[in-house]
Amino acid sequence: MKKLAILATGVLALSLASAQTVIKIASVSPLSGPQSVLGESIKLGAQLAIEEAQPRFKAMGFDLQFAPQDDQATPDVGVAVARRIVNDPDLLGVVGHLNSGVAIPASEVYKDTNLVMVSPANTNPRITDRGYLNVNRVCGRDDVQGPVGAEYAVKTLKKTRLFVIHDKTAYGQGLAEAFANRAKELGATVVSFVGTEEASNFQPLILQMRAQKPDLVYYGGIYDKGGVLIKQMRERGLAMPVMGGDGLDSSELVKIAGKAVIGTLYTTTSGPIDTLPKAAAFAKNYKAKFGKDSEAYGAYAYDATNVILAGLEAAIKANGGKKPTREEVAKAVRQVKLDGITGRIEFDDKGDRKLSDYYVIYMKTDSYPGVVQKIIQFAPPKKG
Amino acid sequence: MSIAELLSILPQTLLEGLLLGFVYAMVALGYTMVYGVLGLINFAHSEIFMIGAVTGIEVFRYLGNGGNPYLILLLAFIVAAAVSGTVAVLVERLAYRPLRRRGSKNVLVPLITAIGVSFLLQDLVRAIEALWHNEFNLQYPSYDTFNYDVLSKLGSPLGLTLAVKGLIVILVSILMLAGLNYLVNRTKLGKAIRAVAQDMSTAGLMGINPDVIISRTFLIGGSLAGVAGVLFGLVYTNVTPYSGFQPGIKAFTAAVLGGIGNIPGAVAGGLVLGELETLGGTYLGFLTGGNFGSEYAQVLAFLILILILLFRPQGLFGQNVSEKV
Amino acid sequence: MKEAQANLVVPVVAALASLWALLSPANSLANALLLVALALVALLKPQQWVRALTLAGLTVVFTVLIREQSDDKFAFYGLIGTLLSAALLKVPTYIKVLIGVAILFVSIPLAGLGNSLFLELGVQVAIFSALALGLNVVVGQAGLLDLGFAAFFAIGAYTWAIFGSGQANNFIAGNHFPLNPWLFFVFLPIAVVTAAIVGVLIGLPALRLRGDYLAIVTLGLGEVVRVLANNLDHPINLTNGPQGITPVGRPPVDWLINILNGLGLGRVYGRPIDESITYQIFFYVLALVVVAIVIVVNVRLSNSRFGRAWVAIREDEIAAKAMGIPLLPTKLLAFATGAAFSGVMGAIYGAKQTFVNPESFTLNQSIFILAMVILGGMGNIGGAVVGATAVTLLNIDILKNLSDQLNTWRQTGFTLLGYNFANLPTQLEPAKYERFVFGLILILMMIFRPEGLIPEQRHRAEMEEARLEAKDEGKLQEGSA
Repeated sequence: MKKLAILATGVLALSLASAQTVIKIASVSPLSGPQSVLGESIKLGAQLAIEEAQPRFKAMGFDLQFAPQDDQATPDVGVAVARRIVNDPDLLGVVGHLNSGVAIPASEVYKDTNLVMVSPANTNPRITDRGYLNVNRVCGRDDVQGPVGAEYAVKTLKKTRLFVIHDKTAYGQGLAEAFANRAKELGATVVSFVGTEEASNFQPLILQMRAQKPDLVYYGGIYDKGGVLIKQMRERGLAMPVMGGDGLDSSELVKIAGKAVIGTLYTTTSGPIDTLPKAAAFAKNYKAKFGKDSEAYGAYAYDATNVILAGLEAAIKANGGKKPTREEVAKAVRQVKLDGITGRIEFDDKGDRKLSDYYVIYMKTDSYPGVVQKIIQFAPPKKG
Repeated sequence: MSIAELLSILPQTLLEGLLLGFVYAMVALGYTMVYGVLGLINFAHSEIFMIGAVTGIEVFRYLGNGGNPYLILLLAFIVAAAVSGTVAVLVERLAYRPLRRRGSKNVLVPLITAIGVSFLLQDLVRAIEALWHNEFNLQYPSYDTFNYDVLSKLGSPLGLTLAVKGLIVILVSILMLAGLNYLVNRTKLGKAIRAVAQDMSTAGLMGINPDVIISRTFLIGGSLAGVAGVLFGLVYTNVTPYSGFQPGIKAFTAAVLGGIGNIPGAVAGGLVLGELETLGGTYLGFLTGGNFGSEYAQVLAFLILILILLFRPQGLFGQNVSEKV
Repeated sequence: MKEAQANLVVPVVAALASLWALLSPANSLANALLLVALALVALLKPQQWVRALTLAGLTVVFTVLIREQSDDKFAFYGLIGTLLSAALLKVPTYIKVLIGVAILFVSIPLAGLGNSLFLELGVQVAIFSALALGLNVVVGQAGLLDLGFAAFFAIGAYTWAIFGSGQANNFIAGNHFPLNPWLFFVFLPIAVVTAAIVGVLIGLPALRLRGDYLAIVTLGLGEVVRVLANNLDHPINLTNGPQGITPVGRPPVDWLINILNGLGLGRVYGRPIDESITYQIFFYVLALVVVAIVIVVNVRLSNSRFGRAWVAIREDEIAAKAMGIPLLPTKLLAFATGAAFSGVMGAIYGAKQTFVNPESFTLNQSIFILAMVILGGMGNIGGAVVGATAVTLLNIDILKNLSDQLNTWRQTGFTLLGYNFANLPTQLEPAKYERFVFGLILILMMIFRPEGLIPEQRHRAEMEEARLEAKDEGKLQEGSA
């Protein structure tokens, strides 16, 4: 047994010495099924960041590779993929997941080996409230974003009758609840709070709006359903404004809703691309590379990947140019300070962004992005 | 909410339910016809429906700029029916017929095949749309002509509104259903289909080639689903390669509700289900004080389905065939 | 080939392949030859004891290989293949048991210490095996088509999740929860009973219907359970809705850590045994034990008068009734049994994941379980396990290996038959088409092997008969045309 072990180590050492040291970064998101378009935006954002960084790492003596994975939006596949990833010694960072329901059990797996995970999309407070060293996110939190929207709707727009809808996902419901609670505190009436898993037929909700006559509709969910809801509302002659969270922040919203998008509001931590020079370059490169506009979580995934890469570079430097351990990378990622395309990124001790600018954006015309109405600075709650 | 307010939206609710019901009915027919001849739950039928919707979009994409919207729509119906029908026939030819050739009497084998076909078609359409246009969410154009409220001229009786496209759904569905009724009951092909449905091997002995008839059945069911896909897309505007699944399951439910294998039953089942879902989705929240809202519409529909089946195990219109011993 | 020749060829090939593979690990040709040797054991017909010895030898070789190279998938699938061969081929029973125990309880945990993915695969295979066995009782043995089987899995998972976490505090006054994690073991039988009761409750209305009516009603009720799980966060917060329940308690494993360290496994692991790997081993072994119990119960039931009654109902309901079999109670028993099997695994699943939310219990999950049963061979206990193993490994490992490989080729610009993979458009990213390939495999399997991987004896005979009949009919048609 001993001899075999020596033999094995010898072979392993040989294979390591022969090639440039490989470092892999994985993206894990649904790449098949109805949510694949969202998952793919994560994958493409990460891919772009990695391909841009490859020459840099080559100069340092590393072969940086990208390993996209499909978690099928289900927890059991997600956990199996997580196990695959932690057992690949070359893998030093994970960008993902899309669904909080997958991210929570999967990050328990990453935690075992302190493999750093930076989420571009999981806004559920619980993701970071567990206080794991290796879990971070570049997106906002439901319990911050919802209240920001409520403040604007009630205080600035003076809306009093709110009709709140969510898509029955952890994201949508969390956001809608946070919005509704803050709005009630501010004295507005939530005339209805409904969830629906429906993707195409929103007539029952529209009929309810006709009866309730709200002056604002809040949608907690993603643009693919939100856009359809807005379009169907306008086609049926309902004119009240629709507001949503960063799930609506996508050029696809405009494509789906068409002219009906005019008048829609959403909150997001990612400022309009034209305000940041880096972001404009990102948009251009993305379009050139993949032949379409960056959608949904593309920008967040790009930032998440760059945060990991920055942490990785710092860890490599600290390690004297050698491949760092996962724990070193995780620690370095926590320390990263970076001006990303979604604003300044600095993590607090839980892995949330220290200070986020929340933009309230108004769709004045049917072209993306809309106009910034207000910028609200908001720090995440100290206690979860 | 006062009762008057609740009642004020009732007529519109019923109308919306009717539109949804007609779409379900058209899809349910495909399930029911295939079931009638083969005794097979063709799970892939929902994908045939989706392919119709996507084909319709492609027609609008290439002809949508200028031109008469009604003409383009007519063309969309025809192309979608042709494409969906062809795919349905191909699926039958490539996936189901080899199973029949092997003489498997187990109904679950084709069921699993159908599920495989369903996965395959979804990702195939996704790949095609991605390579062709780099798109996933596909939209029907929103023509003002189609959104014009036809009831506004009549002074909107009962506060009803009905867009032109809603009217199109109703008219086209009725036309197609009447056509199908004629085809099945009055033509030679219809007679052959009924014969094969009743007893395939005896029909074979009578000089009917069951394979040809089965193929035609898939063609008819597929074409109907294609037209239904265009109608669905027109009303609900957004389609993805995965849009078929939910309506497919509901249409299948409708087919069973009406008595699977029974054509008028499928129509009735579709309409009942459409109404149930819309009424439930609209009123459940009001009636339960917000505790059990729209999200339970589906539960309500299924519970009523079970209730109906308990009292009429053969479905609304199904004949109670005594088991052959 | 004659038996005498086989007696010589099989062990020699196996020995040569083993030697080569051991001397040059990670040599794919050597590995391939090993798999060929394994195939020869199955295809040629050597004497029983030659077969047994060869299989035992291969078990040892694969185990050593997987220890040397912790990501050696060849060796892992070699182990699975050896296990399968030992289980299916004609070998003395005690050898079967020996090889089975050696692979399941020694080789795979040892492999898992080097690469915890193998344990995860093992747990998931075990979980889905129990689910497939449960559905097999309902669909395969009693012939009742159930399209909402994931519901029972959900019931089991939520039974422990609600009380094993702080969730129950939301509707039971006083801060009693989470319960003592040791009570997990009490909740396993509770989950069995709860799931069985729900099985009866669902079965009572549903089982009055036949065939496809039953299918749609079970589909509906399965959806009802999921929708309830997704929505019962108000008016009272029972399930926490889409947010899911976390952290779900797990029984303490300090004792097991001590045992494993005492066995000196820390050296194999490369560092002292920690909690995370111990939990993986714990759930792996627990799931295996539960599957073993499920199989024993299932075998006993199948050979009892209930089992015979199920088959009778499946074959001809009216004849069965005429023979005095009470239809509804017998069907209900099948439903309850199937539900019980998946209920207990639900509880284990919840504890293993430490997180339960409705996304694990969708219609798709039910369909996947059904695919396992049919792919494996309906009505057959071995078939259900093989089907579950095949579908699970395909879905969470084999197809992923395939897309990883293609992706590596894409990044390194590998050229195959003149096609450079670097040119593969992002729209055709291999990871996106795993379900596509899965669908294709389903179709091909059903066309070329409709009776399943391991058909039930009775079923095989029927298929054969039907094939002959179809042939005759074909002739008839040709004649008439």
